Amino acid sequence: MSTVIAMKKSSIEPELQKESPSPDTISAATSIPAQPASAATATPSASGRSAERIRTALNVVIPPLLGLALFILAWAAVAQHGKTLPGPLKTWHEAVQLFSDPFYDHGPNDKGIGWNILRSLERVAMGFGMAALLGIPLGFMIGRFDFLNRMTAPVISILRPVSPLAWLPIGLLVLKEAQPAAIWVIFISSIWPMIINTAAGVSKVPQDYLNVARVLNLSEWKIFTKILFPAVLPYTLTGIRLSIGVAWLVIVAAEMLTGGVGLGFWVWDEWNNLNVEHIIIAIFVVGIIGLLLEQCLLLLAKRFEY
Amino acid sequence: MKKYVQLEQVEKVFDTKQGRFVAITDVNLTVRQGEFVSIIGHSGCGKSTLLNLIAGLMPVSGGVMLCAGREIAGPGPDRAVVFQNHSLLPWLTCFGNVHLAVERVFGGKENRDALQRRTEEALSLVGLSHAMHKLPQEISGGMKQRVGIARALSMQPKVLLLDEPFGALDALTRAHLQDELMRVMGSLGATAIMVTHDVDEAVLLSDRIVMMTNGPAATIGEILEVGLPRPRSRLALAEDSHYVHLRGEVLKFLYERHKREAA
Repeated sequence: MSTVIAMKKSSIEPELQKESPSPDTISAATSIPAQPASAATATPSASGRSAERIRTALNVVIPPLLGLALFILAWAAVAQHGKTLPGPLKTWHEAVQLFSDPFYDHGPNDKGIGWNILRSLERVAMGFGMAALLGIPLGFMIGRFDFLNRMTAPVISILRPVSPLAWLPIGLLVLKEAQPAAIWVIFISSIWPMIINTAAGVSKVPQDYLNVARVLNLSEWKIFTKILFPAVLPYTLTGIRLSIGVAWLVIVAAEMLTGGVGLGFWVWDEWNNLNVEHIIIAIFVVGIIGLLLEQCLLLLAKRFEY
Repeated sequence: MKKYVQLEQVEKVFDTKQGRFVAITDVNLTVRQGEFVSIIGHSGCGKSTLLNLIAGLMPVSGGVMLCAGREIAGPGPDRAVVFQNHSLLPWLTCFGNVHLAVERVFGGKENRDALQRRTEEALSLVGLSHAMHKLPQEISGGMKQRVGIARALSMQPKVLLLDEPFGALDALTRAHLQDELMRVMGSLGATAIMVTHDVDEAVLLSDRIVMMTNGPAATIGEILEVGLPRPRSRLALAEDSHYVHLRGEVLKFLYERHKREAA
């Protein structure tokens, strides 16, 4: 009996797929072959399974590709129509040329794209690194000690919503130089998510874990290393991810104003040269690097999920 | 037998938005060394509150609590707690969870090898040597609770406090762990206070059953001497007339004299 039912199912199943390849039937189909697999119908269900796998893969790949294609098409249409914006093809050729020699150096105002990217990353790393060094421990202390929380709350609430670039004049005034001022802007704008997320994480540590700490009478150091730090790490990593996002968002604007080598200055420079292809390339480069940074941190965060 | 845990006129009052709420009042209880005492009552009667008071997790509002002759002023490893939801740290293995406790209690006196041995012994006592290096999310609920018990026992506490330790487990696992706990407690001769709402569990495991009246202002209604010989066997007791009588007594207390209005 069971074999007959299984046979029927597996013979119906491929047709179902052909008729309507909606996500629903695909997910249903993946669960069905578990039954006929044990019966003597290995061949049809095996071929069906590989077909499914291809289908799921296509389902993953096709929508994003379609989206990108439509975007490029729209861009091409706008470029064709307006005549001021360079089209995708022209930009692509420029990009190939630009990236074929990324590390040339023709004086301070003409360096390869590679140098610009590295310099921008370096500034972000420095500003963000200092923000992390200060912000994460501060977040821990704010979360752990209520007094400190209430003490810092008004200052944080006032300073946090300030636009990053409003900090630049203060940086220029105090630090007297453009380069440290750019790093200062990154620092001050990327510190808040780390403080706030870490503090929130500390206050959300389950009471059960803290009760364990209390019953064991653990020292403050042990509480920190064995309970608080691991419990808060996912929150801190979210904070870091948001901070890096902000830092990368701000770097272009900061560099436009402070100059030097970097993606932001490069965009401004190419605007002065009226080299719009390069500006578009810069936009893509900034976007793609931002995406990569985000993905790296998401990957890292996954490792610390419990 | 000396008095080991002593509660005199213990009272706990919570300040709520609706005003003062007297959770428990006028609680007098003496637990002897090596005794297993269960506290039973309807939910909300303050039995967990009482256990938390003994654990030192919250301060008393009135009265005195002594443990081995010393006043209970706060939580400490001499009163180990087995939490209902096991409360294992998910980023530490079973070994790591127990080792944290062992290290805290014996870290100052013993070297690393001895601490490791203690941890391994505690885990083998609850039959978990094979799962020592697994993370809590990789083992079943029953096994997690065993780790919780191993962690508590590894500290060699003066009193073991169990807060509905098997409440979250299925019936078969629960029975199995009750037998296991009986065996371990029998071999260690440890003092224990357990909060439960399971009548069979109370009668099977305890030397005395403390039955609490309903809150607010709950207090000890009656204390029942169990007096069944040890070691006890679940199967033999099921037909034992004294066991059935005791069980009936607890049920009568809970469902006749202190019946809880439908909540």
